[in-house]
Amino acid sequence: MKKTTWITILILVLLCAVILIFPLMTIRDSEFGGADGAAEEAIAQIDPEYEPWAESLIELPGGETESLLFCLQTALGALVIGFGFGYLVARKKYRAEEAA
Amino acid sequence: MKRNQTKAERWLLRASCAAPLLAMLCTDASAMHIMEGFLPQTHAIVWGAVCAPFIVWGLVCIKKIVAEHRKAVLLLAMMGAYAFVLSALKMPSVTGSSSHPTGTGLGAVLFGPGPMAVLGLIVLLFQAILLAHGGLTTLGANTFSMAVAGPFVSFGVYRLLQKLKVNRAVSVGAACALGDLFTYCVTSVQLALAHPGESGVMASMAKFMGIFALTQIPLAIVEGILSAVVVIMLESFAKPELREIGFLQKEAAKA
Repeated sequence: MKKTTWITILILVLLCAVILIFPLMTIRDSEFGGADGAAEEAIAQIDPEYEPWAESLIELPGGETESLLFCLQTALGALVIGFGFGYLVARKKYRAEEAA
Repeated sequence: MKRNQTKAERWLLRASCAAPLLAMLCTDASAMHIMEGFLPQTHAIVWGAVCAPFIVWGLVCIKKIVAEHRKAVLLLAMMGAYAFVLSALKMPSVTGSSSHPTGTGLGAVLFGPGPMAVLGLIVLLFQAILLAHGGLTTLGANTFSMAVAGPFVSFGVYRLLQKLKVNRAVSVGAACALGDLFTYCVTSVQLALAHPGESGVMASMAKFMGIFALTQIPLAIVEGILSAVVVIMLESFAKPELREIGFLQKEAAKA
């Protein structure tokens, strides 16, 4: 990969970070709760008589366990992506060496 | 898609196409008098039925990829993993609440919208069963927005931008961002249809759009950028695979 490509990637990733950090810096009085929670409140407003007719199969005891499971999901995904790129990068490298 | 389908697959695809038609009949019949609490149940069933043909089509697509493009299976797994990662990352947004990207756009751009219906469903199942996020009764509606509607938009936008000769990474970024945003627009519409309240579907749609779509705008941009980064990296390390699936033009001499 060319040097300019690496720089482009770095700039793009930094841009992502800026986009995500910006609201954290500017909005002070918010806990950044989930948008699905906000939607639940909106439904309660629009449709006060509505009763949810099903519940989640498991009740997670709290935020910590939930974040554990979300981490697990990210880790599993990252594992596969990392394996994939590792395989692809090494293949390119050793093919080039064999050809040389 | 017409080629190389076994008889059973063709039959299954046709049968699954009948599901949304049957579901439509059911709603039409009860559309005049909707009982309390009844509407969401039918909605759940209808959205599930609408997704059925896409899931079957997706399975056929994946089977074909595995059979004919063995090389590309790693890439397909990576696309599923990408959706897995992105949909687990809840990011803060300008509205003061958090949401997560979908990650299904990139796979749709590379492999077409079919396989992503299945991969998206797997992600949603994982989140519904283990994480109490989303749900089994809303699985159909969520699958439709995240694994069907979003990927179709991404795929369409990408094709369009490529026809207009836009830079490939930019096309991928725009396609994934718009697909992500569209997913949450569909979610808003689905909720508005289920909960029109007293002020009507349009008013509650505006409300849900304000919650979901607005929150999603910066996240959609982030997803677009990340997807473009992945494509830039794949272009330099996975050329043979990208040619195999027809994402890059096949070159005669090289392989």
